[in-house]
Amino acid sequence: MTTDIIIHDEKDNVGVVVIDKITPKQDCACWIMENDKTVQIQSIDEIQLGHKIAMVDLNEGDTILKYGHDIGKVVKSIKKGEHVHVHNVKTKKW
Amino acid sequence: MVKNMEIPKSFLGYKRENGRAGTRNHVIILPVDDISNACAEAVANNIKGTIALPHSYGRLQFGADLELHFRTMIGTGSNPNVAAVIVIGIEPKWTKKIVDGIAKTGKPVEGYHIERTGDIGTVMKASKKAQEFVMWASEKQREECPMSDLWISVKCGESDTTSGLAANPTVGNLMDKLEPMGVHLCFGETSELTGAEQVCATRGATPEASEKFMKTWSSYNDFILKEATDDLSESQPTAGNIAGGLTTIEEKAFGNFQKIGNCKFVDVLEPAEEPKKGKGLYFMDTSSAAAECVTLQAAAGFNIHLFPTGQGNIVGNPIEPVIKLTANPLTVKGMGEHIDCDVSKILSREMNMSQAGDELIKTTMRVANGRLTCAEALGHKEFVMTKLYRSA
Repeated sequence: MTTDIIIHDEKDNVGVVVIDKITPKQDCACWIMENDKTVQIQSIDEIQLGHKIAMVDLNEGDTILKYGHDIGKVVKSIKKGEHVHVHNVKTKKW
Repeated sequence: MVKNMEIPKSFLGYKRENGRAGTRNHVIILPVDDISNACAEAVANNIKGTIALPHSYGRLQFGADLELHFRTMIGTGSNPNVAAVIVIGIEPKWTKKIVDGIAKTGKPVEGYHIERTGDIGTVMKASKKAQEFVMWASEKQREECPMSDLWISVKCGESDTTSGLAANPTVGNLMDKLEPMGVHLCFGETSELTGAEQVCATRGATPEASEKFMKTWSSYNDFILKEATDDLSESQPTAGNIAGGLTTIEEKAFGNFQKIGNCKFVDVLEPAEEPKKGKGLYFMDTSSAAAECVTLQAAAGFNIHLFPTGQGNIVGNPIEPVIKLTANPLTVKGMGEHIDCDVSKILSREMNMSQAGDELIKTTMRVANGRLTCAEALGHKEFVMTKLYRSA
């Protein structure tokens, strides 16, 4: 079985694409590393290898969780299945 | 369910006079200062099986910067991967200081100064002693040593998203499995923990260790903020990191942080400072530049290094073998001659983290027992001193 997306921690609200790319409306298999479980998600955007997908709907001001930790804030609302990156997420540090 | 492999109990190492054990048996020619490099290299060229460690500093340094220079020199010579040392400097006083520091280990060490003798006379005298040392060292045999004689340092480089996903947590898995065996472990990279610093601080084994970490990190962060211009947000993460999918410094830092698994650090070390609180994990205040960091860890006495990479860092060290692992299939394909341990199957779920950790333990044991690393076979001997500020 192909794994399309890897999620570090079950608390995470984003996953990382681990195949060359996923295409819109693709049904993707996501592996959660922490507990070795598999979940499904349908993509909205095309997303390249190494880039992140939203696992839930996210509103402006929400915190992105990866590795089970805060890695930044949402600056533009994101729908489940959309690409998560510098256009909709910023650091809280600098 | 795949059963975890049994963790090895011992490796074959070189027992040293002070009770430590080495994974290598080097005879080094150590220049005290930049202008003694030529002499040191001439000796290493004369006497086969010795290595010169040329570097750029050692003149007119002062204060904490000079202390770090001596600590790095003495620590490098004292590392158990080194059987014997020839020290060569321009002046007698600093040369003797380094010889005396290394001599505390009980290993053979001899110093030569160039003033009043010149390069040629010094090379002749030092070469005779180097020949004696290397022939003596060549009879040393590997003996069975407990796992607790392994001092493992870690540092990642040329990271991408596969580092945080797989290569770094593989190192963390190894740490979780080997820490109970009584090994010493060390991570560093002060700057690249920014964003994960609060969580990292909670990994102090004592309130003192946590407090010391926050003080060290804050001091570095203050320096960054003081020197920073508006290009900072493009430097961390870099444009390359962003193209590879990393969005924020916090995300990069948490990727880096995966290397320590679930371990807690017992103390915070100055650059090149030898750990003194027994077995377990230590944090060292280091630059995030690969060669500088590994050089400092080797000088603190670490005898084997694990280096996870994404895009493919190629660094090595003259005395501490540097094991590379990657989870990026493109890096394995394009520059496989640099990769000692391929964990790219984690991404395709053909390998889980525990299996990857086991693979890395196997590779580590083979290298500890004598197998050359890719970096050693390719001749990578980067010895880079950390300099804190301008000389007088």
